Amino acid sequence: MPARESRVPISSDQDIVLARQAGRALAGDFGFSSVDATLIATAISELARNIVTYAKRGEITLSALTDSGRRGIMIIASDQGPGITDIRRALRDGFSTSGSFGLGLPGVRRLMDEFEISSTPGQGTRVMVKKWRQERLEK
Amino acid sequence: MEVPILKQGEFLIATIQAALSDADLEHLRMALIQRVVRFRSRAVIVDVTAMDVMDSFASRTLKEIAQMIRLRGAETVIVGIQPEVAFAMVQLGITLETVATALDLEEGLAYLSQKFKNLN
Repeated sequence: MPARESRVPISSDQDIVLARQAGRALAGDFGFSSVDATLIATAISELARNIVTYAKRGEITLSALTDSGRRGIMIIASDQGPGITDIRRALRDGFSTSGSFGLGLPGVRRLMDEFEISSTPGQGTRVMVKKWRQERLEK
Repeated sequence: MEVPILKQGEFLIATIQAALSDADLEHLRMALIQRVVRFRSRAVIVDVTAMDVMDSFASRTLKEIAQMIRLRGAETVIVGIQPEVAFAMVQLGITLETVATALDLEEGLAYLSQKFKNLN
């Protein structure tokens, strides 16, 4: 039985690589296709980089999901960083406060099936995304 | 993880062999531009076949590499983007439209030889 959950602390660019490798491995264990595993690994890379860039440190939690015959993966990126003042703006393509690139969050949203973000300025940010496998569970 | 850079006549070939951190990518950018200057190279091929994720940072760095090399009057070709990586890049909203791409190293070399033959 593969691990159902994996937690990766994020505080450097090396951790970004570790997090996406852990995500790809877990996605493989959960039976995701190679294309979906790549989408998942890419989303993790973006979320982990946001942590390093904006909050310096945080963590990525990967876990298995089962919901009425569907199987999936849930990724939670959380930090106690400065938070996002204007979430609606952050979800627009082209928006970035670090002057780097504005693809992060809208791109992640497109890569995954479900996307939720909550952020409190001065307290931190939590992004939760889910991806579901296309096939039904075998009975 | 250092990326080996091979000098092949007037071309440089950088072959990425494993997952790269942001620092590795920045190091590659510096190493490539230095060698383009030192060897007066006319073109650079970056082989990304082994990259299983091309996120916004990696794409942006590759774009910057190509722009810097263009300012030196040389050309950059990115080769070997895997199909699932290409799929993820499009979903993410990444475009490399300003950079030449080719299927693999062989196609990249053929593209460059053709290009420089026409110039000569």
